Amino acid sequence: MTYRSHFKHKTLPYLLLLPQLLITAVFFLWPATRAVYQSFLRQDAFGLNITWVGLDNFARLLNDRLYLQSFGTTIVFTVAVAFTALAIGLAFAAAADWVLRGSNLYRGLLMLPYAVAPAVAGVLWFFMFNPSLGILANFLEAIGYDWNHYLNGRDALILVIVASAWKQIGYCFLFFLAGMQSIPKSLVEAAAIDGATPRHRFWSIIFPLLGPTTFFLIVINIVYAFFDTFGVIHATTAGGPIQATSILVYKVYVTGFIGQDLGSSAAQSVILMLIVIGLTFIQFRYLGRRVHY
Amino acid sequence: MVERSRHVTVLAHAVLILGVLLTLFPLWVAVVGSTHRIENLQSGTFPLLPGDQLVENYTAVLNEGDTAAGRVPATRMLFNSFVMAVGITVGKIVVSYLAAFAIVYFRFPGRNLSFFLIFITLMMPVEVRIVPTYDVVSNVLAPLQRLLEITRLDRVIEALAGIEVSLRWSLINTYTGLILPLIASATATFLFRQTLMSVPDELLEASQIDGAGPMTFMTRILLPISRTNIAALSVILFLYGWNQYLWPLLVAQQDRLVTVIVGIQRIVNAAETQPLWNQALAMTVLAILPPMLIIVLLQRLFLKGLIDFEK
Repeated sequence: MTYRSHFKHKTLPYLLLLPQLLITAVFFLWPATRAVYQSFLRQDAFGLNITWVGLDNFARLLNDRLYLQSFGTTIVFTVAVAFTALAIGLAFAAAADWVLRGSNLYRGLLMLPYAVAPAVAGVLWFFMFNPSLGILANFLEAIGYDWNHYLNGRDALILVIVASAWKQIGYCFLFFLAGMQSIPKSLVEAAAIDGATPRHRFWSIIFPLLGPTTFFLIVINIVYAFFDTFGVIHATTAGGPIQATSILVYKVYVTGFIGQDLGSSAAQSVILMLIVIGLTFIQFRYLGRRVHY
Repeated sequence: MVERSRHVTVLAHAVLILGVLLTLFPLWVAVVGSTHRIENLQSGTFPLLPGDQLVENYTAVLNEGDTAAGRVPATRMLFNSFVMAVGITVGKIVVSYLAAFAIVYFRFPGRNLSFFLIFITLMMPVEVRIVPTYDVVSNVLAPLQRLLEITRLDRVIEALAGIEVSLRWSLINTYTGLILPLIASATATFLFRQTLMSVPDELLEASQIDGAGPMTFMTRILLPISRTNIAALSVILFLYGWNQYLWPLLVAQQDRLVTVIVGIQRIVNAAETQPLWNQALAMTVLAILPPMLIIVLLQRLFLKGLIDFEK
């Protein structure tokens, strides 16, 4: 970067950077700092007394059965969403990469859920699974399963997993397909000449070469399931029944805005920020070594 | 040429058709449900084909809104979503482009620090720091107030002018509040930085010989060559802005500012009994249609934006 020629100007670069830095400072750095600061404080119920409690908010969270349960739910939810979206996206991409005819049409249709907001995806599946009038709930009832996400925590969790994964399949599909199409045909042809079956060629050549794409999508899907699915939960199950779908990002919101427990909410924010920083770090390490075929 | 097994081709088409069904089925259910009377939906067997209430349901939602959810017409909500999405798109692009231009084409003290400050906002969604961000938006001048208190300048002003300094400026229930906090984006800055770094040095040298200043160089040379990048990014950012949920839920507390995505949730969760699902689904279709049209009509730009943006 240092070899570039550039302009010499004393004030202009600062003026150009000012809008971005100002917005970053006011709406990002300041709130993030406040979150860290507040995580060491506790307010009484009326907001009159604020005391410094050190790490006590964190200690309480780690001893709070409900918080730990929410952590567990988040991990189950995240793994299920990420795995479902990746596996199905990969299968569709492999099929679209194979067919000669219609692959553009398939691609055009399979990417459509990208346009659907997570909250809207949630509402659609919430409706289809509605115990009294939903088409899928009716179907399940017909085959002998009494579906009810209002009462059954496992049903509710499956509902939000399905809705969240559905929205993400198209995204995984597009990246897998782009990855497959950038693999040189000569590699696959050479293997075919050596007598490798299509299944063999996929698992021993194509899939390993998709390593970077897969890794990238795993990180993206984890971030998605952790943070972008707030709308899915809030618009449908509202964390229930009895906390069954209360993932961490939903819990921060409930603790802060409904429970008005600012110290605990801030501590939860700090924990989530640490998770984001960890994920960003992992992704950047990987991005630095990204393989171009 | 690789030999092509017919079995595999048939299997591949079967998988893809299954995929298309899985993708389209929920959307089809929404379209069908939005064209029936509520009684038809409650009858116990869901209809698989559209009904005859298309015009009635959509005009009701567009003009009057749902009775249980504050009677906000969907036209209003669509307008709000549009303003928010366009505001975020334009804001992010302008702010990020200027910042990237400064970082690539100037050498100045604090350049690395600025880059670092922008960098750390990467991937930090508003959801994780929602409470303090909401606090800031309910009084944007709080940081400045704090600064005055720490430096004791508030006391100085009080002593000199006799005014107690209490700065308040709330962005709750304003379009600015919906848009501004979401336009700081490291990703867009990074993307533009990459684009600008790939511009050949000779262009700058040539235009400097011709006597062009930095702003002329940016508007006359750089902007035209980054046109496709900007367009592709705009598509992704528009979808991002349109599909926002938590932020408008908190900031747009008045009915007149509700966005369409939040509006759906209001219908679904407003009624004590079963909501008017036909209207909720009509609203869902209206909420999905604009972004879907964009990715279908601008497919090339959308795909380019997606790949660029996530690099």
